[in-house]
Amino acid sequence: MLFKESIEIAFNALLSNKLRSILTMLGIIIGVGAVIAMISVGMGVQQKVTNSIASLGSNMLIVMPGSANSGGVRSAAGSSQKLKLEDADAIKEKIKNIDYVAPTVNSSYQVVYGNQNWNTSVYGVTPEYMAIRDLTVSTGAFITQSDLSTRTRAAVVGTTVAANLFGTVNPVGKTFRIDSSPYKIIGVLESKGQSSMGRDQDDVILIPLTTAQERLLGITYIQSINIQVSRLDKMDQVQNEIETLLRQRHRIIGNKEDDFTVRNLTSLMETMNSTTTMLTLFLGSIAAISLIVGGIGIMNIMMVSVTERTREIGIRKALGATFKNIMMQFLIESISIGVIGGFLGIVFGISTSLLISKFGGFTTVITAAPIILSFGFSVGIGLFFGIYPARKAAKLDPIEALRYE
Amino acid sequence: MDKVIMHLQNIKKVYHIGGEDFAALNEVSLTIKEGDFIALMGPSGSGKSTLMNILGCLDRPTSGIYELDGEEVSHLSDDNLAMTRNRKIGFVFQNFNLLSRVSALHNVALPLVYAGVDKKEREARAIALLTSVGLGSWANHQPNELSGGQQQRVAIARALVNNPHIIMADEPTGNLDTKSSKEIMGIFETLHERHHTIILVTHEPEIAACADRQLLMCDGRITRDEGKGVSMDVV
Repeated sequence: MLFKESIEIAFNALLSNKLRSILTMLGIIIGVGAVIAMISVGMGVQQKVTNSIASLGSNMLIVMPGSANSGGVRSAAGSSQKLKLEDADAIKEKIKNIDYVAPTVNSSYQVVYGNQNWNTSVYGVTPEYMAIRDLTVSTGAFITQSDLSTRTRAAVVGTTVAANLFGTVNPVGKTFRIDSSPYKIIGVLESKGQSSMGRDQDDVILIPLTTAQERLLGITYIQSINIQVSRLDKMDQVQNEIETLLRQRHRIIGNKEDDFTVRNLTSLMETMNSTTTMLTLFLGSIAAISLIVGGIGIMNIMMVSVTERTREIGIRKALGATFKNIMMQFLIESISIGVIGGFLGIVFGISTSLLISKFGGFTTVITAAPIILSFGFSVGIGLFFGIYPARKAAKLDPIEALRYE
Repeated sequence: MDKVIMHLQNIKKVYHIGGEDFAALNEVSLTIKEGDFIALMGPSGSGKSTLMNILGCLDRPTSGIYELDGEEVSHLSDDNLAMTRNRKIGFVFQNFNLLSRVSALHNVALPLVYAGVDKKEREARAIALLTSVGLGSWANHQPNELSGGQQQRVAIARALVNNPHIIMADEPTGNLDTKSSKEIMGIFETLHERHHTIILVTHEPEIAACADRQLLMCDGRITRDEGKGVSMDVV
């Protein structure tokens, strides 16, 4: 028998029992749709986390001061004053595989422009900070090396600060006050949105590091050094070298505790990634269970169909249908349910995922892999759960089948 | 001299029912020639259905030899039996056994699907046969839109579509009124004139009288074989 005929017979059978076919397909439609929608939600979460970590800069090491220790009493982490600008310079000079080194200081201040005021974080930074944090200036310019050496009272502001102090007016060129000293705005940053911890990354003011240290905070130490390593696989090596170098420079010998810590953002990213991958798999596997339940639905209805059509099978066999012919007819019928259900499931899954992102406030990411996988799975389920009923049909004795009422 | 088309020798068919052996056919030997028109009669339980199933290659004998058209078929596999049925035998049933959800045309063309004939030729041959049984204009109707007599004529067209040598009819007029029965028997007589081999199971003596050879079965044996002026009791 020709393949085309088998398909025609299968479709006629499905069409002659429309409601039942649709209800059977519904199991597959919901299963495939759920897999696609759930995985798109999971991958959306993953993407969001990855993006927010990446917005901190990729391949980042952050050197933070340790806790101050006076006579055995230890203060909070970061309270040590031993991390100097010279340490940052030494790291830049002596350690290989480093792209950028950006020392920073920061503190909160009230800032005032005209009759508006705002409380925000003021960061003292170097020009490298822009590259290392992946910042872009939407209008104006960033802090330059000459600003640093002349300790200019220049500032680059984030969009939140700009909006709160200046409203819709372009702030570039305006002078405002930080802690009652006047600063001239030289640039506005492109918006970066929320960080993974929910902090508004646009609520910042950046000023030259030297200005911050000497004219604003009156300190000689620095509060962190951001280091961008050139290659991911060099992260651990560079981290070790920095630790050794800083121990040398701070004269920490033997087992004495470090007065600084080096944080590795890659490991944070890896942890977050594996967590969100787990989440995606978890959501996907719950949805996959409904797909299997749908498959059992196919098997159930195929069994009913075989029993109902015993006589038809008898007639076909009497007229010369072989085992293969009958097997084919019923297998194609159950695979068709899988194929059509899978296809409608893809449509259902994609539209659900679009609706979730539109109205549910979730980021959803639709990729080809779960679509192909769940479609293939649904066809496979149609095949697998069709085999038993199809075999049952094909093995029927024509005499018995013809006698069946 | 006509060619022998079916030859049965010592055919036995034993069923195991409730641990006991029951011989539905007991050492049946029979020779049927091409062009024979045979009526198979006998009370229910006499084994005529079993004999029909074996003759029609729907079943295999427990022992004995069955040669169909010169080919030993008693030990063929299920699939080979199916193909033999498809090529050599046309079936007509008491309850028509048409597929209810497809048109008369599709029903008639069905054996050709399993014979691997392409769609265009299938439909041409089916239309030709429907026309020859007087149902050319009913080709696209479903069986439930046809009368019993019409349904049986569709079934006969289906039995003939793959040009088989042999037509096996199991009580073809059993569900029909007298008028339709006459029409159907008319068709069988025409087929007989065209030299088809016809084997017909029936209860009714007047139907059996149309045939030129009558076989009577009782308790798994052929007890009477008469026709063409020759009458003999087989014991």
